[in-house]
Amino acid sequence: MQEFTKLTGVAAPMPLVNIDTDMIIPKQFLKTIQRSGLGKNLFDEMRYNPDGSEIPEFVLNQPAYRDAQIIVAGDNFGCGSSREHAPWALLDFGIRCVISTSFADIFYNNCFKNGILPIVMPPEVVEVLMEDARRGANARMTVDLESQTVTTSDGQSFPFQVDSFRRHCLMNGLDDIGLTLEKAASIDGFERDLATLRPWV
Amino acid sequence: MTAPRTLYDKIWDDHVVHQSEDGTCLLYIDRHLVHEVTSPQAFEGLRMTGRKVRAPEKTIAVPDHNVPTTEGRDTKIDNEESRIQVEALDKNARDFGINYYPVSDIRQGIVHIVGPEQGWTLPGMTVVCGDSHTATHGAFGALAHGIGTSEVEHVLATQTLIQKKSKNMKVEITGSLRPGVTAKDITLSVIGLTGTAGGTGYVIEYCGQAIRELSMEGRMTVCNMAIEGGARAGLIAPDEKTFAYVMGRPHAPKGAAWEAALAYWKTLYTDEGAQFDKVVTIRGEDIAPVVTWGTSPEDVLPITATVPSPEEFTGGKVEAARRSLEYMGLTPGQKLTDIKIDTVFIGSCTNGRIEDLRAAAEILKGKKVAPGMRAMVVPGSGLVRAQAEEEGLAQIFIDAGFEWRLAGCSMCLAMNPDQLSPGERCASTSNRNFEGRQGRNGRTHLVSPGMAAAAAITGHLTDVRDLMTAPAEPA
Repeated sequence: MQEFTKLTGVAAPMPLVNIDTDMIIPKQFLKTIQRSGLGKNLFDEMRYNPDGSEIPEFVLNQPAYRDAQIIVAGDNFGCGSSREHAPWALLDFGIRCVISTSFADIFYNNCFKNGILPIVMPPEVVEVLMEDARRGANARMTVDLESQTVTTSDGQSFPFQVDSFRRHCLMNGLDDIGLTLEKAASIDGFERDLATLRPWV
Repeated sequence: MTAPRTLYDKIWDDHVVHQSEDGTCLLYIDRHLVHEVTSPQAFEGLRMTGRKVRAPEKTIAVPDHNVPTTEGRDTKIDNEESRIQVEALDKNARDFGINYYPVSDIRQGIVHIVGPEQGWTLPGMTVVCGDSHTATHGAFGALAHGIGTSEVEHVLATQTLIQKKSKNMKVEITGSLRPGVTAKDITLSVIGLTGTAGGTGYVIEYCGQAIRELSMEGRMTVCNMAIEGGARAGLIAPDEKTFAYVMGRPHAPKGAAWEAALAYWKTLYTDEGAQFDKVVTIRGEDIAPVVTWGTSPEDVLPITATVPSPEEFTGGKVEAARRSLEYMGLTPGQKLTDIKIDTVFIGSCTNGRIEDLRAAAEILKGKKVAPGMRAMVVPGSGLVRAQAEEEGLAQIFIDAGFEWRLAGCSMCLAMNPDQLSPGERCASTSNRNFEGRQGRNGRTHLVSPGMAAAAAITGHLTDVRDLMTAPAEPA
């Protein structure tokens, strides 16, 4: 997993609430058996006409935001389906950070497994960041996981909270499975107890 | 003496393998369900790292999401990408030695219907699957939730999941439901009240008389949509109905093991005095047959209502409602019962069980679908399909003009050929009315099976109570 420490980049404003994972990556692109290559279909139905041409109004099609690395979004981003294809598509496009007032649980988890930092901010802060994002490509936001701050293009800085274990894994690009397998003895012990306590499992 | 605990607390405590100082836990997983769409990359990850499936006997796979629901699919799937995914699951199941129900097996079906049907899902278990509707299994008093593909790989390799505990939320439905009101109306009404993020950070325990009075099928419908309310999982404490449902299923314990299991299961309830962080109470009598009007499962109204105006909302929801109404092609003030329907879909992990088909057939008996109506029933599993045929339900659907399909997820997410065309409007018993969910620019109204059947007959959204023949109120 790609590590995340500090990122300075363009932020795309997406003020819509309840952006669901069907919007982020529609089901026709879930038929892949790979993780890569989904970036071109990120937000597919909002981004392209049925004939494949771009919808110019869509934020990521606007020249200022084509290289966005951050999304500032409305409430409850990533709701719906558990598809990890959603963070895969975001990452493949180049998005490394999403900021919203709230995230759906499974999407939030999935981000951390893929080197994407989801940041929860209070509504009034999201509003300030949304305004900053609207300034386009010249307004570059800085997200610093070390100091746990987001800084706008004009220097306003806002702190954010993140789980310490997840922060550690993200900053060091750690593989969860490897970490868990270090506790194999505990799992063995649990399974031995289980065989006595709940043998039907 | 220990402090009073909720049902969630108890199941959680019994599955903690390791707890770190910051509260991060390694949780043991009793059952891992797998389907073809969210697992290929996870198995590939195992191969690349030379890892094995730690507990193949606790891992159950079935293709459901993009299998066609028409005859001949066991020999040929036309869509190449779908075929590759199903073949990948065949191979992964074989290579890693996990339990498997291929397309040709009568027990194949939607993973969340197959699990309970085969007795894999039991009270007090932890159950995960790379699918958000894993919440369904909570109906058995099992802690069940969806995970991403990275976590699928993690569970395959370690039989555990890294988790932090959620908060406890109680949703109580008091009293009894009125005639024509179903489990689907309960679960949609709760989401309508709390919103799609109302459950975020919580595990919900559903309780109260109206929940107790539901069958296991109904309870599965309620828990299935806990995720649409943002909750990690939904739970219902097991009772005699649960035990009766589980008993005798192929993978349920037998003999002395059954007795031991039963003794344990009877301890699975929320203790008197246990604390909930959030409580929502709804009177069962106040719940009406409902329908969604927008593109979020929280856009719920009684069928007797009218289409709302964006100005009735606040904050970001104003713009969202405007966008929804435009997408759905609806006008504020329009009566919901005036909305014309092109297609009816009965099925999904929400409403694809035998009781759902019985409820729809009851309304359809001796009637025909409206002219031009495209109507489809997709049973949740091959066994549900066989039972419905035996009970004569299939014939009622066919006589009414419904297509009688093979089991799968089908038009719930339209990954297979069952899709809506742009502008096509569907009354659907599924769980998501998102933009494009059932096909690009397709329009979805979520309803109960009875309401779907009623719309099929009249050609517009309809109050199912208007079509109910039997005397409604008990004497």
